[in-house]
Amino acid sequence: MPSVRLRGPLKRLADDRSDHAVAGATVGELLRELERAQPAMAGWILDERGRIRRHINVFVNGERGGEDTAVDNDDRVEILPAISGG
Amino acid sequence: MTELLVGTKKGLFVLEGAPGAPFEVTARAFAGEPVEYALRDPRSGRVLASVTSPFYGPKLWYAEDPAGDWEQADGVALPEGGAAALERIWVIVAGESDGTLYAGGDPGVLFESHDGGASWALNRGLWEHPTREAWQPGGGGLCLHSIATWPGEPDRLAVAISAAGVWLTEDGGQTWRRGNEGLVARYLPDEAPADEVALCVHRLHRAPTQPERMFMQFHGGVYRSDDAGATWAGIADGLPSDFGFPLALDPTDADSAYVIPLTADTDRVTPDGRVRVYETRDAGASWSARGEGLPQQDAYLTVLREAFDRAGEDAAFELYFGSTSGDVFGSGDAGATWSTAATRLPPVYSISAQR
Repeated sequence: MPSVRLRGPLKRLADDRSDHAVAGATVGELLRELERAQPAMAGWILDERGRIRRHINVFVNGERGGEDTAVDNDDRVEILPAISGG
Repeated sequence: MTELLVGTKKGLFVLEGAPGAPFEVTARAFAGEPVEYALRDPRSGRVLASVTSPFYGPKLWYAEDPAGDWEQADGVALPEGGAAALERIWVIVAGESDGTLYAGGDPGVLFESHDGGASWALNRGLWEHPTREAWQPGGGGLCLHSIATWPGEPDRLAVAISAAGVWLTEDGGQTWRRGNEGLVARYLPDEAPADEVALCVHRLHRAPTQPERMFMQFHGGVYRSDDAGATWAGIADGLPSDFGFPLALDPTDADSAYVIPLTADTDRVTPDGRVRVYETRDAGASWSARGEGLPQQDAYLTVLREAFDRAGEDAAFELYFGSTSGDVFGSGDAGATWSTAATRLPPVYSISAQR
């Protein structure tokens, strides 16, 4: 099963645990499953349209991915806030 | 003692003090995050705050003590799987029924809570209004920024959206009708149809002692309605500019209103480098400048629509406003004289005052 690593407020919302094994064939499926397993995260990564929020970056094995990026069982997915601000 | 909940670009600041002297910052919450608006529900004492994380999206939070732990409210989202996402919550207003609160946001949406702000539901009547496809966002988005309750009649509401005009309900939000007759949009062609909804209302308030009366700051124009929003009449004569955002009313005098004009839509700063609040005591027939104690030279301030509020009444009627340059000014004598309550805060988005 792919693993998802969370940091900061996302980690705190997910039982204060960094690493989560989550089922899914794409990043989008995996994030929706993560929301089902951790309801407090609903709306924090994906918006109501099912899109990854604009200033959230998702990396699959270190490479930037999107909702449709395929994931395999051994893949490692990291979710990070973008470098943005003002 | 007066409490100011100051929403800023970098968090919520709780200020306490009395007009005439600097206020003390007694708490800061959501450090680093944009806080659009905060309200202490006068019935419960609970504080609610609208926070728009640039990373994690808009959320509503509530706390019994703003210096303590905050809980995220449930239900503040649009229907899943649709074409739109909630962008921001602009304002929170206490309703007339026990435990009822309203929140207005972008894209032109109204949420209701009947449990003091812990859980919320989207108002479907407005969300599914058949004209919605024609609604256009203003510069700040398609923001529902003003919610005017009707004292003693919980089913009657007026809301205002930039730039989709005024909407009125008398059945608790099941159905909505326009309330725009008489508004003149100089940014539309003369031939625009009478049912045009692209009307950029900047702020709207109802006079509590005479609920049929409402005042409005428009995108070019100040208006009054004496028939609950069915029709509007211009009352801007005597102001240095009819452009601006903030508006406040005296809760005990339905003939009184306060605006803070800005130079123009192309130059959104206080005119001539002078900061002045304008007051009418005759329902808009005339206006008087109230600037004693406010900066009167080289002061080019921008005051946003939610950054002007009042507290108390009669002899204790207080007014407060904040600027995007981080100043907060207050008056303890109905605007006759002013003093600085705080300086060097982050850009001020909103002020909610309570004695």
